[in-house]
Parts: sequence; structure tokens; C-alpha cells
Amino acid sequence: MKSVTKAYRPISWPTKGAGGDTGSWRTHRPVVDIRICTKCQFCWVYCPEAVIDRHEITIDYRYCKGCGVCALECPTGAITMEKEE
Amino acid sequence: MTTSIKQLPDIEQVLSGNGACGGCPATMALRIVGKALGSNAIMLLTPSCSVASMGMTPKLGYNWPAINICFATAGSSGSGIAHALEIMQEKGRLQGEPPTVFCWVGDGGTYDIGFQALSAAAERNDNMIFFCYNNEAYSNTGVQRSGATPRGSFTTTTPAGKRQPKKNMALLMLEHNIPYVATATVAYPGDLYDKVVKAKSIPGLKYIEILAPCYLGWQFDMPETVQMSRMAVRSGAWLLWEADNGKISFNNPSSLIISGKKDAAPVDEYLMKQGRFKRLLKGPDADQRIAEIQGDIDREIAFMRERAKITF
Repeated sequence: MKSVTKAYRPISWPTKGAGGDTGSWRTHRPVVDIRICTKCQFCWVYCPEAVIDRHEITIDYRYCKGCGVCALECPTGAITMEKEE
Repeated sequence: MTTSIKQLPDIEQVLSGNGACGGCPATMALRIVGKALGSNAIMLLTPSCSVASMGMTPKLGYNWPAINICFATAGSSGSGIAHALEIMQEKGRLQGEPPTVFCWVGDGGTYDIGFQALSAAAERNDNMIFFCYNNEAYSNTGVQRSGATPRGSFTTTTPAGKRQPKKNMALLMLEHNIPYVATATVAYPGDLYDKVVKAKSIPGLKYIEILAPCYLGWQFDMPETVQMSRMAVRSGAWLLWEADNGKISFNNPSSLIISGKKDAAPVDEYLMKQGRFKRLLKGPDADQRIAEIQGDIDREIAFMRERAKITF
């Protein structure tokens, strides 16, 4: 079989950012107050985008779409939505 | 005992930066499904939001081999792949554990267009998992009415509210005598995870339906996806149950509603949060419309309560 490089095959490969840098869609950014956070991981499990780190509770702002599910589901109110500059 | 959130595995099969809307319940559910299935699986997608959200060609938003197929063919394509894997195993061309074949299909591809192929695959009892993520309309094409749309709901093709109740697809699949049927929703990820893990271990066709409240179709605020899903369960509009070889058992909190230990929340609050109902509940006949919707829910609860008593 003739070998072809990945670029010429009509096949997609699993890559982050398949829809572009989706962070640019955001109007409000979630900000975690780590002092109140109890590490219950609710934000991690409900995040549709898989941008929240489960142990550190840090957010990948490159891809976060700013839907606000994490802020609403946080039982202690440690996540607030701040308007994007 | 339901798996707690902290016990869920780390594996991520939905990659960040896919093309889904913010707060999309389909990717939310697919992440949990991915944790349960692992990477050794083959994904089949009919036209739906999940196809649109997988991204542009050189990149793919899901970490599985994903195949885009025709709208009506989810069941038959799944059967074909399941049979091919069996043959490859027999001939020794496939070593190790065979991959799980699963269809990830919206409610249009299950309730209406894909029903014939799914029904035939269920009758043949082919080895795959069929997931229906149910957002109660054809949301990908701009919210048209589907078989899953509940009575009294606004869609672009039912501007005065749908007049017919929705069908109980999970129960229809149960009557095909398949080994495992379950319903789940995004607000209870541990419950969904357990059901997928269980389905993976059973040979034959498994059907899992996931309620996915779509904020565009249902017309509520973007962050409320999980809340809406929780309210649907608490009001009894969505029942969480699983049927292992035809024996129905209800999961919390639906089991409390079914057994009468806890009353279902009145449906008003759930309806008034959604623009698709609210915009039609302003006239003088609002009370009658709410009573109709409540009647549908009560009928469903009463029917499922009695159906669960039948075992063989």
C-alpha cells in the first residue's frame, strides 16, 4: 500500500481545539476562589468542555466557552462569573 | 450503591475545544459515557448536534474512531460492525478484548427516523450499546417537533404547542425483549456511569436513553442545563429506571416518587423556567394546559409503577 501522510488522508485525528480556540466565544469568565473551594469536583464533572482540572481546580481559558454551569452548580459559591474585558 | 463523583476515572474521551454550544448537555453526557466505556470503543454518529460539534476535518473532538452514517441507519450500521468484529475474532485477525460498538444518536434518529433500523437490530439482539440523547426536538436543524417532544411544547413546527403526548421509547425498547434498557440524565453522573458500565458487561443490544436539556431548544438560560435536568426528574417528567432482563427497578430519586415515599414536585415550576412552555402559558387557558401536561406525567408514573410489577 502506498504510504500517505496524515495530511492527505480524508480522516480526522483526535485533537484538542477541533472547533478552534473556543475561549473566544466567552462573554463571562469563571474565576475560582480557591480559599472557599472544598474540592468536591462538581464543577469538573458537570463541565461540558472538560476544561477544569479535577485536583487543582484550574480552568483552561483557551477553550472554556463560559457557559456558567460550574458557577451555578458550585455548592459553596467559590466560582463567580466575571465579565470579559 | 451509586458511584460517587470522586470515584469516576480520569480518562477524557471528549476533547476540549469541540464545536458544541456552551453548556451543551450532549458533550456533558458523552464525557461520562467516555469514562465508563474507555478508549476501546467504536462510535457511530447519525446526523445530530454531536456530528456538528466534532469539529472541522483534520481535527476530531472525540477520542474514538467515529463514523458518520446516514440518519436512518444507526441500528443497521451498528449491527454490521458488531458482526464484522465477531468474524474478525473468529478468523484470528482481532486479538485481545474486542472494542465496544456504540451508537450516539439524538432523539430524532431514535424515535422517528432511525426507529425501523433500531427495532430490527433489537430483534436480532446484536452486540452493541445504543445511546439516545434526548433533547425533545430536532435541535440541530433549528428546533422542530419530534416524537419525543412533550405535549404543550413550542417548536418551530408547532407554534401553538404540540397537541400529542410524547412516546415512551425506553419502554418500547423493553418490549423488544433486549437484555438491558436504562434511562439516565446529565444531573446524575454517577447513576449514568454505573448504567453504562453495566451495559458494557452484558452481551446483546443495550439501550440507554439520556435526557439532555438543550438551552436553545428549551429556551432557558445557558448555565441552567444541569438544574433543568434535575427538575425534570424531581417533577416526575423524567423517570430514572433500568431493566435488567425485563425486570424494571427504579433509581433514586425516581424510586421515591414511584413508591410514594415522596411526592413529585408540581410541574409548574419546571414548566415556567422553560421558554418553550412559558410563552404558551400566558392566555386564559393556561391552567387547562398545565393540567393536561400534569395529566400526562401522572399517567406515565402510574403506568410505569404497574409495569414494574410485571416480571417473568
